[in-house]
Amino acid sequence: MTLELGNLTPELAAIQVEVEQYARDYGLDFFPTIFELIDADQLNAIAARGGFPTRYPHWRFGMEYESLSKGYHYGLQKIYEMVINNDPCYAYLMRCNGLVDQKMVMAHVYGHCDFFKCNQWFSKTSRKMMDEMANHGSRIRRYMDEVGVAEVEDFIDACLSIEDLIDVHSQFIKRSDTKSKYEFANQDDEGKKSRSDRLPAKNYMDRFINPRETTSNAADESDKEPPQRRVPEHPERDVMLFLLEHAPLNGWQADVLSIIRDEAYYFAPQAQTKIMNEGWASYWHSTIMINQGLTGADIVNYCDHHSGTMASSPTQLNPYKVGIELFRDIEDRWNRGAFGREYDECDDHQKRKTWDTGAGLGREKIFEVRRIHNDLTFIDEFLTLDFVREHKFFRFGYNQHSEVYEIESREFPKVKQQLLNSLTNRGQPIISVVDGNHKNRGELYLEHTYSGVELQIDYARDTLENLYRLWNRPVHLETTLEDAKIVLSFDGSDHELEHGGLYDLADDSEDAA
Amino acid sequence: MEIERDQRRFKQIVRGRIRENLRKYITHGEMIGRKGKEAVSIPVPKLDVPRFRFGKNGSGGVGQGDGEEGDAVGKPGDGPDGSGGAGSEPGSGHLMEVEVSLEELAAMLGDELELPRIEPKGTANVVAEKSKYNSVRQTGPESLKHFKRTYLSALRRQISTGNYRPDDPKIVPIKRDKKYRSWNDIPKPQVNATVIYLMDVSGSMTDDQKEIVRTEAFWIDTWLASQYKGVEKRYIIHDAVAKEVDEHTFYHTRESGGTRISSAYQVCADLIEKSFPVADWNIYIFQFSDGDNWGDDNRQAFELLGEKLLPASNIFCYGQVESPYGSGDFIDALHQEYGENEKLVTSEIPDKDGIYKSIKKFLGKGK
Repeated sequence: MTLELGNLTPELAAIQVEVEQYARDYGLDFFPTIFELIDADQLNAIAARGGFPTRYPHWRFGMEYESLSKGYHYGLQKIYEMVINNDPCYAYLMRCNGLVDQKMVMAHVYGHCDFFKCNQWFSKTSRKMMDEMANHGSRIRRYMDEVGVAEVEDFIDACLSIEDLIDVHSQFIKRSDTKSKYEFANQDDEGKKSRSDRLPAKNYMDRFINPRETTSNAADESDKEPPQRRVPEHPERDVMLFLLEHAPLNGWQADVLSIIRDEAYYFAPQAQTKIMNEGWASYWHSTIMINQGLTGADIVNYCDHHSGTMASSPTQLNPYKVGIELFRDIEDRWNRGAFGREYDECDDHQKRKTWDTGAGLGREKIFEVRRIHNDLTFIDEFLTLDFVREHKFFRFGYNQHSEVYEIESREFPKVKQQLLNSLTNRGQPIISVVDGNHKNRGELYLEHTYSGVELQIDYARDTLENLYRLWNRPVHLETTLEDAKIVLSFDGSDHELEHGGLYDLADDSEDAA
Repeated sequence: MEIERDQRRFKQIVRGRIRENLRKYITHGEMIGRKGKEAVSIPVPKLDVPRFRFGKNGSGGVGQGDGEEGDAVGKPGDGPDGSGGAGSEPGSGHLMEVEVSLEELAAMLGDELELPRIEPKGTANVVAEKSKYNSVRQTGPESLKHFKRTYLSALRRQISTGNYRPDDPKIVPIKRDKKYRSWNDIPKPQVNATVIYLMDVSGSMTDDQKEIVRTEAFWIDTWLASQYKGVEKRYIIHDAVAKEVDEHTFYHTRESGGTRISSAYQVCADLIEKSFPVADWNIYIFQFSDGDNWGDDNRQAFELLGEKLLPASNIFCYGQVESPYGSGDFIDALHQEYGENEKLVTSEIPDKDGIYKSIKKFLGKGK
């Protein structure tokens, strides 16, 4: 696909200059932003590839494309905007949108660009991803030429099966020393020892030159069996990394796995900040459009579009809506000084409502919030009882008898806990490698940290099959089913389900957040 | 574009998976969900990438809006994530529903069963008129008024009669200015086919047997629809007497009377005579029965079959579904009477697994 850079019409280019200036004046800080004007079909094609025009070939992009274009042609869905976290930031505008829509989308896009650049969770993502994705594409295409499309594709499928099994925090902390094939640590250690305690000697003469008695203590220790060390030493959340380091992969396989892993780490912050990112962008399109962007003639179109974006359904929170309202709530509270101990301890509802110290810190606060938080901490820190009441949040659950979802509770702690649960680990089960040498037979043992919700067993089994393709030895997953520990295993031909966990991991459960 | 390559690859994989499992789909018609006019949805195993994910047991979440505790807010299918089968069977894998057009499905069926394409008879005798809006007339309903042409001819008239004033360019069309969109009939040759299903609904045919018939009929319809433009389906049920019914009644009627196959043949022969002139129509007759017939009826039945039905039809297929009650004699009687007959195909369907072979036998003649 060929795209000209920044192919805007003069009219749209003028709007871009205008909107960009508004954004800058409000203090938004973004990478240079390039808008591309494209047709709906191209937009669907790019959206199907996660926003990138050039990526490795894979059938699931075709599947996604088919679903997007069907939805578009039936008039069920329409993508208005698409922004790529990259430097420069790329954003796409759909050619058939009206001018007001385009202006609103641009304002929205500058919100996203600022978020990408300034939010800390994005700070470790590659800002040259456009190029890297293209590079990944050409590497994988080359492997396909070398070993065959089907084989590479199968392998990609297996890798994608575990692409959620990464450790998002590892980008910020050093959990373990990076291991390199080229560090020969043990030999160095021996070298040092021989300098201090021993006289230099060739191997076969060592016994005679350095007799046992003279090197008593040190030698005794090193002769002892080293204490049994588990691999990994601590449960490893980054299952992909563990496989990269320990699975029997050949050159191209290791490269493909590392590509999938890199891309997973690139996309992870977007999953971690869906509410904030969309909320922030919506906050800014609304602020810019209302205050500067709109003429009287546009107002009806703008309102129609904006309210469409904010619509919520009873069984699904709309991240745009929750995000923008929460940012507005924070801004309002910090403007009124409605925070801190005195405010928190005040029981008088009326007093709280009209609380105003004239602090005027709202704008400053929301800029700070967008810098340091992700959805989980955002909700944890700023979702208040008043907010939940005002916006009529409730918790719903499945009723086995009537076979429908029902409102379970409007109690604040329950609602908040449910929301936090759904955001923990990007809504994915927490799974770690606990043993790479299970039963001393090189089998892989994973553990699911149970948090009250069971895994879907048929999917888990198929995932184990894919994991087996990477590990090449039997694989096991310990999880909880009907309140009892079970171990699912796949040995290359058969599935098994055993009751009772094999490890007591109480002392290793530091990851169980 | 690269995406088209991915899309092709995806379709190729879907087709591959369906083909691998086609035998299962053929014999277990109930697996095929939502049957539409042009497409069906088929549960395809292991299509999406499996991941460790939460099951439905603890599912729930946070919503927004009015309502009391205990109020219903939605059904499980409403969510964005409707995929995923029960999958209690180990190794069966998770499923994903995929939409496949009937045309594509028929092509796969054809490949799988190595079915020859049908050579229609009575080529293009029936002419269907297709209307196409491609002309303009002076008269017509207001709703079809052609504004631009009407405006143009009014403008032309006003200029030529000197009624047009550039400083006040008002155009008022009168009756003879008005132009209306109109259509022409485009004759299109069309080859038509009809499928007539006959079924014994006497007490000895149980629901299991009917399910087999229904599954088999679905595949027959799918195949014939891919070979002809416009296939008409007719249904006749019988016990001791026969009548023509609609599709739903066909599968849901159970009578307790005796069995006279000749009654159904008579209704069928009348139907053909009345509605489907043999010269214009490709006629397919499929009869399903458990093989039970009143002894003295066979003679009358064969008379009708030999004189009316066989000469009229492209092919006459008799499927004998094994039932715990039926005698299963009729198929032998047929063989005795006709031996090898070009137009008569018989097949015994002992159980669901027999459907596959039976379809192959019925449609394998290419007629």
